[in-house]
Amino acid sequence: MVNKGIRIEGLKKTYGSGDTAVEALKSVDMYVAPGEVVGLIGPSGSGKSTLLKCLGAVIEPTAGKMVLGDDVIYDDAWKVRDLRALRRDRIGFVFQAPYLIPFLDVTDNVALLPMLAGVRNGDARKRAMELFEALEVEHRAKAMPSQLSGGEQQRVAIARGLVNRPPVILADEPTAPLDSDRALAVIQILNDMAKKYETAIIVVTHDEKIIPTFKRIYHIRDGVTYEEEGEGRAIE
Amino acid sequence: MISLAGRDILHSWGKFVFTGMGLGLLIGITLSMAGIYRGMVDDAKVLLDNSGADLWVVQKDTLGPYAESSSIYDDIWRGIRGMPGVEEVANITYLTMQVFKGDHDVRAMVTGITPGEVGTPGWPLYLVAGRQITRSHYEAVADIATGFKLGDQIRIRRHHYTVTGLTRRMVSSNGDPMVFIPLKDAQEALFLKDNDAIWEQRRRSAGTPAFNRPGLPDLLDSFMASQSTNPFVNAVLVRVGAGHRPEEVAASIRRWKRLTVYTRAQMEEILVGKLIATSARQIFMFLVILSLVSSAIVAFIIYTLTLGKIREIAVLKLIGTKNRTIVGLIIQQSIALGMIGFVVGKISATLLMAPIFPKYVLLLPFDSVIGFFVVVVICILSSIIAIRAALSVDPAEAIGG
Repeated sequence: MVNKGIRIEGLKKTYGSGDTAVEALKSVDMYVAPGEVVGLIGPSGSGKSTLLKCLGAVIEPTAGKMVLGDDVIYDDAWKVRDLRALRRDRIGFVFQAPYLIPFLDVTDNVALLPMLAGVRNGDARKRAMELFEALEVEHRAKAMPSQLSGGEQQRVAIARGLVNRPPVILADEPTAPLDSDRALAVIQILNDMAKKYETAIIVVTHDEKIIPTFKRIYHIRDGVTYEEEGEGRAIE
Repeated sequence: MISLAGRDILHSWGKFVFTGMGLGLLIGITLSMAGIYRGMVDDAKVLLDNSGADLWVVQKDTLGPYAESSSIYDDIWRGIRGMPGVEEVANITYLTMQVFKGDHDVRAMVTGITPGEVGTPGWPLYLVAGRQITRSHYEAVADIATGFKLGDQIRIRRHHYTVTGLTRRMVSSNGDPMVFIPLKDAQEALFLKDNDAIWEQRRRSAGTPAFNRPGLPDLLDSFMASQSTNPFVNAVLVRVGAGHRPEEVAASIRRWKRLTVYTRAQMEEILVGKLIATSARQIFMFLVILSLVSSAIVAFIIYTLTLGKIREIAVLKLIGTKNRTIVGLIIQQSIALGMIGFVVGKISATLLMAPIFPKYVLLLPFDSVIGFFVVVVICILSSIIAIRAALSVDPAEAIGG
């Protein structure tokens, strides 16, 4: 019995009802272990975004089961009362665009999450600084988001996703706006962080450059996932 | 915890400051309007205070002498003077008209005062320059708001007067500065006709058989003489003696002289409740309209600012920010905008608008406190639309798809 990472069994999501019902997810089974980075690949309309929203506790699935760490968070119904707290404390998000808050500096962008969870200001900033050192952006800690390069912004966004030490991070095309070198650098960072913080990371991507770096890949087509072994190519 | 509103304001301070300044000018106008109303009430009270009277005796069944025309004989005061409780009486006339100085004219309330000394009802209580009227004719004391100076020659109707003294804050209930002249001159000014009119009046009188009888040659002369004099004044001002209640003295005069008598409280009610009531209603409507416009502007600005942050709000909601934090962000920004506006408005009303406004603008601290709380309430209410927009943002928008 696996008791860490994230496990999904028979997840379904149907939009609408009756004749107009659309089955976006028919049967999704996934497991991502702590410290592992897996790819989620599929064509447009295959259900990637719906799956990400279900995993992120943003929309409610129709049926199935989701287990996060040792906790069942969904079993044909939400088993967690406060989904907002679940997202804040146990799920990290990294978006296609960094979406940093433009009026907060880099440190506050990252430290905001632990502060929202009740962590004291000093401790929250300390956590942020540790991640900046790991991600090599500590020299930009006081900069505003608009003063950062695209790669730096994405690293800060990764730091924000990691700062509450969530068991799972959902990364939605995190390399889309980056060139090859930077895209591979971001994947390397995600791999390093996954190992360092024992975090399961799901990377939704279309990016041909980074797909060979995954050791395991989930394909999604017409709402059904298929597992495939990846090349697991080393990043130079 | 980080103040999201504070950081956003600091980040885009120019937008807030300039928007706040625009809003501030609107608030400044609103405060000035309230100040104008207060000024009108104060003008009315000052008029009563400066008259130095406890009672106003006027023509029966009129609201004179300020709110309606009133005309009573100028010898009635003798009878009133002898009544119990009456300490001092004085005839008075009021006429709002244009007073000329050279080619320029000023709208003023020309007040005819009984010969006497300082302290006589109707007399200006104090001067800021010069001396009181000492001659029976052709001297004047003017309020400095007229712009007249000591020694100036001013013209009222056909006669010229020398300005011998200057007063301050001696104004009518409309805010027109007062010009004091001797009573006889004022009575003449009230009814004096031009030469053509007098000639025409005499021709018509001579042509009327009832006044021009062959057997009574003096009748026409007597009739014409009566037409060329004015034995009327607008009111008699009464000062009540110590130990007597104004209401009792007023009741006595009403009963025995068959005239209408107003006490200070009644006269204040007439001035504030009737004479400036329409103006007060207009100002109140302006205040309501300006408040609504201010609300609409604040609502529009906050809504626009919030729409500009929809993506950030979606991200904040996705990463677990509570609704109350987002509501706090919007309300704090709205209140901050209102406070910037209030400070700018208060400064502009006090330093820019009130000094140059042609009417007296009385800015009371109490009104400012009320205004501050009204601004805060308006800002909170105005942010409701923006709050609704923010709370309806789906956190899924941050994920896309």
